[in-house]
Amino acid sequence: MSVNTEQVRHIAKLARIAMSDAEIEALAPELNNILGWIEQLAEVNTDGVEPLTAVIDQKLRLRDDAVNDGDCRDAVLVNAPLAEHGFFAVPKVIE
Amino acid sequence: MSELTTKTIAELRDGFRAGDFSAVEVAEQFNAAVVAARSLNAFTVETPDAALAAADAADEARAGGEIRPLGGVPLGIKDLFATEDVDTTAGSKILKGFKPRYESTVSDKLRSAGAGMLGKLNMDEFAMGSSNETSAYGPAISPWQRNDGGNSALTPGGSSGGSAAAVAAGIVPGATGTDTGGSIRQPAAFTGICGIKPTYGRCSRWGIVSFASSLDQAGPLARTVRDCAILLEAMAGFDAKDSTSLELPVPPWEASLSSDLKGMRVGIPTEYRIDGVPADIDALWDRGVEWLRDAGAEPVKISLPHTKYALPTYYIIAPAEASSNLARYDGVRYGLRVDGDSGLDGMYTATRAAGFGAEVKRRIMIGTYVLSAGFYDAYFTKAQKVRTLIKQDFRNAFNDCDLILTPTAPSAAFGLGEKTDPLAMYLNDVFAVPASLAGLPAMSVPGGLDRQGLPLGLHLIGRELDEQGVLNAALAIEERAGFTARPEKWW
Repeated sequence: MSVNTEQVRHIAKLARIAMSDAEIEALAPELNNILGWIEQLAEVNTDGVEPLTAVIDQKLRLRDDAVNDGDCRDAVLVNAPLAEHGFFAVPKVIE
Repeated sequence: MSELTTKTIAELRDGFRAGDFSAVEVAEQFNAAVVAARSLNAFTVETPDAALAAADAADEARAGGEIRPLGGVPLGIKDLFATEDVDTTAGSKILKGFKPRYESTVSDKLRSAGAGMLGKLNMDEFAMGSSNETSAYGPAISPWQRNDGGNSALTPGGSSGGSAAAVAAGIVPGATGTDTGGSIRQPAAFTGICGIKPTYGRCSRWGIVSFASSLDQAGPLARTVRDCAILLEAMAGFDAKDSTSLELPVPPWEASLSSDLKGMRVGIPTEYRIDGVPADIDALWDRGVEWLRDAGAEPVKISLPHTKYALPTYYIIAPAEASSNLARYDGVRYGLRVDGDSGLDGMYTATRAAGFGAEVKRRIMIGTYVLSAGFYDAYFTKAQKVRTLIKQDFRNAFNDCDLILTPTAPSAAFGLGEKTDPLAMYLNDVFAVPASLAGLPAMSVPGGLDRQGLPLGLHLIGRELDEQGVLNAALAIEERAGFTARPEKWW
């Protein structure tokens, strides 16, 4: 499978990265080079093999359903590029 | 009181305990060494005041009869670890100015053990790279140079390049690193020092900027095997804030160090003998086998049949996880914001376009593609299945051996700017990645110099949770290799 510039443009849109036409043109062959290389996995027989989801076997722990953190609004907001009235501020979304 | 900067962590710790010198004297000498070595570009932030404050506290505690495990020892912290009120950028422009209000579990454990912080160490952007060249701060430079009389700048490796350069240059006695697919071990090999990645789950990932969460592990870089054991003991341990943290006691790795390998079987994997690896590296591998035999171990041939598929598997899984993890950099909560020309979405895309470097964008794009509708099973699920087979390879091999010995990297350090093809760069981690995919403890220990006078590392892989076996075999190699070479000071 290989990607064309239209697909690269679509992936960039999904990834929320603005790209110029020139960047997309340059990226397409690079991505194809990498994708072509990873496609060698197709030759491995994985019939009946379970996908690995936990590299070291362990049970997912549960904790009591109780508040153990919070009351730190100002600390959370302190690194925001823009915060107003105790909230993160973003460009206008609703007209 | 001179030359404290040449001491190992064990020597600093023991000398401080014995009252041979004060922690402040140690901190002052390392602070001065950091400033004198700025041409290495190893640090993103210097924190001399933090180092002095910790030293003051250590001296005061000693006067009151209290000595903590790392009292009197200053360290460097990779810029991937969140450090309270100190810039934490993961080597990226997109986190410029980010000062966390919290401390990562690992750096907090080191702090609680009495260690001071000399500064934050340079790294590849979001730990994505093998040469430190993807850093937004420019690459850290290796203190090593080729013996050809030229002075071309060499890479200290990556992604923990600043950590490796700083330890090798003697401007920190030890440093934290992180390893997703070789990022502790390859830089350690390139700079003639030791570095260990523990079993996945030994060190908490809480407060470490995420790259690929199923692979990321913290570990130390230091000059000796003993120093690595000391640091790892302080860094490891259960943490309820990391859902994959292992709920196990931390073994006394340092106290149990022993280079007597009687009864151990060391596996030599056939598949790691690959074309294009310099003869010096194969020769060192053979010497490594003899050193372990001399220590009492029995070498055995083993097979890890899916080795050649480890790198392509890694380059599906790691970018996929990275594309999800890095979705959080959206210009809203921290770091850079660039206002685009069209509302919220325009702000997201402009911020991410300006904030991420080329390699990070490449990996986000690959990850987004392999997770996208219609391709998920063909790429991502397939890679997870092959990962199962790679894990099984190791499990089978460990029926016949207790440890595995390989070279750490397929070359010595290369020159900055020499490798421009992304794929060629990825191949650097060909020997390191399989252990990462299997979550196994693995370590690089210096073995010797190549014909250009550059360090080469040997790589030990152990069973799950067998850091002790890895450290002991590394110690046996360290004792026999007699690696005392240091880079000649030019910086």
